[in-house]
Parts: sequence; C-alpha cells; structure tokens
Amino acid sequence: MDLRISDDQQLFRETTRKFLESTCPLETVRRLADAEPAGFERKWWKQGAELGWVSMLVAEDDGGGSISGHGLLDLVLVAEEMGRLVSPGPLVPTNVVAAALARSGTPTQRREFLPGLVNGDTVAAWCLGTAVAGIDPAGRRVEAVPRDGGYVLDGVTGPVEAGGQADLLLVTVRTGEGLTQCVVPSDAAGVAVGPAHGLDLVRRYAQVRFDQVVVPPDGVLGAAGNAASDAERQLQIAVVLQGAEMVGAVDRAFEFTVEYAFDRYSFGRPLASYQALKHRFADMKMWLEAAHATADAAARAVDLDSPLAAELVSVAKSYIGDHAPAILQDCVQLHGGIGVTWEHDLHLYIRRVVTDRSQFGTPGDHRERVAVAMGM
Amino acid sequence: MSTTDSNSVAEDETDDGESVDSFRARARLWLAENMPLLPDGATNQLLAREDESGQRARRLQRLLFDGGFAGISFPVPYGGQGLSLHHQKAFTQESLPHQMPTVFNVPTLSILAPTLLDFGTEEQKVRHIPAMLSGDELWVQFLSEPSGGSDLAGLITRATRDGDVFVLNGSKIWSSGAFRSDYSLCLARTDWQVPKHRGLTMFILKIHQPGIEVRQIKMVNGTGEFCQEFFDDVPIPATDVVGEVNNGWTVASRLLFHERNATGGGSPYVSGVATAAAGQDGQPSDLLDLARETGRTADPRVRQLVAEARVNDRVQSQLVERVTTGIRTGAFPLPAGAIPSLFAATNTERHFDIGLEIAGAGAGAWIDDDADRWGETYLLRQGLSLGGGSNEMQRNIISERVLGMPREYAADRDKPFDEVRHN
Repeated sequence: MDLRISDDQQLFRETTRKFLESTCPLETVRRLADAEPAGFERKWWKQGAELGWVSMLVAEDDGGGSISGHGLLDLVLVAEEMGRLVSPGPLVPTNVVAAALARSGTPTQRREFLPGLVNGDTVAAWCLGTAVAGIDPAGRRVEAVPRDGGYVLDGVTGPVEAGGQADLLLVTVRTGEGLTQCVVPSDAAGVAVGPAHGLDLVRRYAQVRFDQVVVPPDGVLGAAGNAASDAERQLQIAVVLQGAEMVGAVDRAFEFTVEYAFDRYSFGRPLASYQALKHRFADMKMWLEAAHATADAAARAVDLDSPLAAELVSVAKSYIGDHAPAILQDCVQLHGGIGVTWEHDLHLYIRRVVTDRSQFGTPGDHRERVAVAMGM
Repeated sequence: MSTTDSNSVAEDETDDGESVDSFRARARLWLAENMPLLPDGATNQLLAREDESGQRARRLQRLLFDGGFAGISFPVPYGGQGLSLHHQKAFTQESLPHQMPTVFNVPTLSILAPTLLDFGTEEQKVRHIPAMLSGDELWVQFLSEPSGGSDLAGLITRATRDGDVFVLNGSKIWSSGAFRSDYSLCLARTDWQVPKHRGLTMFILKIHQPGIEVRQIKMVNGTGEFCQEFFDDVPIPATDVVGEVNNGWTVASRLLFHERNATGGGSPYVSGVATAAAGQDGQPSDLLDLARETGRTADPRVRQLVAEARVNDRVQSQLVERVTTGIRTGAFPLPAGAIPSLFAATNTERHFDIGLEIAGAGAGAWIDDDADRWGETYLLRQGLSLGGGSNEMQRNIISERVLGMPREYAADRDKPFDEVRHN
C-alpha cells in the first residue's frame, strides 16, 4: 500500500476490501474456477463497476471520475486488493481499453463505448497484433490492409486476457512504419474466438482470430500509423496494475506465512524462533517492502506522465516480476509439504503472480527496456 | 527511547515559507559562484582520497557555512538553516556538478550531530554543532572494540569516575578517519555490577590529547582509512557526559538509528553525493561506464546486468523514501530503518559482482594501470555488509523488532556484566 494515500483513498480501499471479502472470498474463487466458464459473474463485475473499478481512468464528462484526481493511483488500490484475494474479473484489459478510448477516442467513440465499460455492462480486451513497446506477444501477428479509409484485419493473436468474454476488442497492429489501433466489437463479422489456457484459476485467456474483419474509418482509434505512444501508455498502465496486483498478492501470502511461523511448533518451539528462518523472513520482508516502493513509484510516474515513466514502469516490472514469485516459493518452503497441496491457498497466489509476471513483458524484457532508457 | 527532534524535520514548507523551487534557484546561483566544479570523471569520494588530512573538506564546508548553505535541515540556533528534507534534496541535486565536503556527511553531520541534538546539553550543542557545520570539527564514533564485533553492549573499555573527571582505559576500533578528526562520541563501561546495557555511558572525547594513540589500519585494498585507538588513563570532564551516566545505551541506540538512516540513504543531514554508486537518481552508472570502456554495450548479457544494477539502484532509493515516510508517519517502527540498510548492503554486493562479470579478464590482470581496477574495488565487497551493523544483525532486527519474532537466546541477559564471560 502506498503510505501517502489520502483519507478518501483509504476509505475507498477499505470499501473495496470489504466488498471483495464478502462477495468473493477464496472459497468463491475456487468455486468460480470450476463452475464459471468466464471466471467471473457479470452481475458481480457490474457491482464492482458501481464502486468505480472502471471509472478511474475516464474523465467525468465521459461518465468516469476518480477519488483523488489521480485516477491511476486510485485504481492501483483496487488492483492491490484484488491481488490480496486473487480476485477474478478483467480489471487490467477493461481499464487499459477504457483509458485508451478516454485518451484518444473521438467524441463519437467515447460516447459509444465508454458508458458501457464504465458501468460494467461491457468488458474489453486488448489484442496485441504486433510487438508493442519492445514486448512481443509470442510472435503472433494480425495484419492490417488499408481499405476505404479504414483497415481489413487478418491474422490471429493470443492468448488474450478476457478475449472470450470481451464485448469490445482493441487491436494494435503495425501499419507501415508505425502502429495503428482499431476498436472492434467482438461480434463483428470475421472475429472468432478460440480456446487458450491460463495458469490462473479464474483468469481466462483466448485466441482471437481476425478473418477479413472490416474496420471502418470511425473504428480507428487515434492517429493511424502514429499510435506508438498510445500503445506505450497502455502498456505502462497494464504493467502498473500488474505490479500492484502482484504486490497485493505477495503481501497477503507473506502475512499468513508469518502467522504460520508463529503458530507452527517443531521441537517444542515456534518456527518463528529459529534464526535460520527468521533471516529468511527478514529478506522476504525487505523484498516485499521494496516491491511496494517500486510499484508505488511506477504508478505515480505513469499517473503524472513523467518523462521517467517508461523506465520506472520497467524497473518495477523487472523487480517485482523477479521477486514476487521468489517470495511465494519461499512461503511454500516455510509451510512445508502442505504448501504444495491443492488444498492450501498458496498455489492460487503463485498462479496469479506467475501469470502477471509473464504477461506484458517478463523481467528480462523489461530490463532490456531499462537498458534502452539508459542510452545503451 | 525518547523521541526528540532530530527526526521531525519539517516536511515541506519552512517558517519563512521559502518554497523548494525558490530555494533551488538560489542554491544553483550560489553554487555556480562559490563552489568549485568537479573535474571531469572525478567524484567527491575520489577527491577525498587525495585529501587525507581533510583540509580541503574543511575549506569547502566553511564555504557552505559562510554562504548560508551548511546544515540545511539543522535548527537555526545551532548554525543550521532550519529547512526541510526537500530543500536538502534539492540542494544535493544542484550540487552534483560541484565539489562538496562529503567527508563531513558521515559520520559527523548525519550521525553524531543528530545524536547530540537528541541527547546533548544546551551547552554541548552550542559548543559543538556550529563548529561541525563551519568545518572546524570533524567527528568520529568510538563504539566497536577489538574484543567484540556485533555485541556492542558487551564492550570492555572502562571509564572510572574520579571526582570531576572519568578516567578512560581500553581500545576502540573501526573508527573511520580518526587520525584527521577532532572529537568523538565514545561509549565506555562505567558500572560492571549491572547487566551490560545498564552500565554504559556516552562521552564527548577530544581525540588529539595525551594518553590517546591513533593507529591507521591497512585494509585489503591498501587504504588506511580505518583506525584503532588506545586509551591510557585519559581524563574526561564529567561535563562531557552525553545523556545520563549509565544510560549510554539509550544514546548509542539513537546513534545507531541515525547511522542506519545515513547508510540506508534516509538521513536529512547528508548534503551532496560522495560517489556515483547506488541509489542516486540521475547519477551516471559506473557499470555503464565499465560496459562502454570494455566495448560490451551491445552484448545482451551485459545489457541485462547493467539494467539489473540500475533497477536495484532505483528500487533502493524508492525503498528509502518509503521507509523514511513510514517511520515519520508511524506506519513503520523505528527499527524498520534496518530494511533499507540491508537492501543497500546486499545491493552493493550484487553491484560488485556484476562489475566483476562486466570487467571480464581485466578484473584479474591488466596492462593500462590508469584504468579502473574493478578487481581491487571488489576486494572490499563486504564493506557495507559489515560496517554499521552486519547483514546478519540487520536481519535479526527486521525479524525481531519489525516482524515481532522471538529474540535470540543470550547467555548474558540480565546478568551483572562482571559475571559474564567475555574476551
């Protein structure tokens, strides 16, 4: 948690936590994993949207609004709380697409798509049809051929988070020397969704296939051929939300692992009394606080659109992406055998954190971005 | 521990309301007119190595003092400027191209001065703090002893009361630059019939006087910065006791808190930057320079390593800011200062390891003797992991005093010190 949040933000955080604890405790997450093909229930997502889960990056004139005037700093509070309970729901893709529409959409596009996203009636997915900001989605490509002022899309991409649930797709493609972004309703002719699999129990992925999908001129978002900075911004928002989610997840798992160390006795002593283990907990605490610090710093930089944002986002992803799974595996080790059973909750956290680590750039990918930012 | 004032540095605005921006502009102008520039490629740390006597540093500190830029976060009555941490940070950023008396930062200004602010008498503060800020007094800490490393409270240097004076006998070690320094805070045992923490007293001790011998210790890289001191019937006036007699542990604990703050990068009393290494935003990277010198900037392995070091440095300064904020607001307990200290030390270890890899063959054998010799730098890899509390002690502090885990067993707990086995 950011140590500098306001009273209003603190209240928002508590409201979000109470809502998640009462509507979606871990037993519910486990039930949704088996019972719910989408991984989340639409009416639950709509309740979340009423709390502001998709309004923070959208201006008030477009039906959005934030708590603090710094929408991303409010939204990371939601992401962190969702990480603590490994909550379902397309928080990242829907907000990334909403932010993209809010930033670069025409009045017509904003009027058409934003109200549904903000009030939770619709959800969205971001399809990377080409490498974006140094991050390549498994080499899959969607080609775009200009036609009648718009484009025709062909190709396949994925795995795309919420690709099978999304009502609206934002597709980023390469056109000539630049990037172009298209807004495509998922029921447009030629769009087909195929199966994909995810490590997380409630986060759904899909392949999205584009077969001669016609994008009319008003389906192009922002400047055609000149969307690289928009796409960079989207990546930054996605990575900031991932970072907050990973930190929330590790924070919670560390909490219950410390409790376990006090409660569990061997040789007549609590685990927490052994120096060999205390020192491991000290290291984990240090990594965890460092992860909090860099997640918060990245969020602030992106919120302010700082010139350092690209580097600080990649600093955060690189650091948290390396340390979050490592801390969780230490938590497994400190729990002993129970930690590798299905019954224990730790694997839910590892699944979430490894998923976040692997999407939108691995730590190694982001170190390369840092090297570039350093002028190498 | 009493919480007094050296921690509660004003956060944003000052009494006279000078904004950070206005202060920054004023500082930039003043620095340009008064402080000499750093020669190309030099750092203040490198210049300090050629200033063994400290005379250069004293002159520079005097310039700051006369210009009204010494002790930016220190209280006005003791010669400081009474401004906030943000003003200090702005000044440090503006000072980067300039020579700065960074030798004064640690321990004089960031550790010993704030300890005096917390526990010194009014007379002691007036006597010494302005003298530190004006460059007249360099200080060191006399804490560690040859007989014990991490068990500071088990020290055996004795101060025996004799009328208006205490008489000091024993030895201290690992004091940095004692040969060039003027005063120390010296912790000594004044009562042997009580448990170890309750029989210690902190003294102000003038270094260059009869009965004190200072010896420089030659380190693995050939430097002689650290010293050992020998005390033979040295008289200390009773008016130089800091805090209460036999309450020296409280003073030492606060001193160590300031030390953790200083080594972790969270001190508001540090002005200027000694080296381009860890944790300073906007600083050049010595590893990037090394990669360029060795012609390896296109090697993907080297790019990963240089970036990893940058990531760690960025995260270190972000962590310092988080923990400093947390301690100030009460979200973290004081011992949380051990968290950035442990980070800084382990980051330094990694930094040296990365350099060793990038330096390649040149770390072990070289032709051009003017080139950076990373191998020699590497010899002192553990410096930060030992000084100011070893990593293992920091891990004890974090697990016991931040996470609340059970304390380690100690054979000397609650025993009169003269019944405890010691070296």
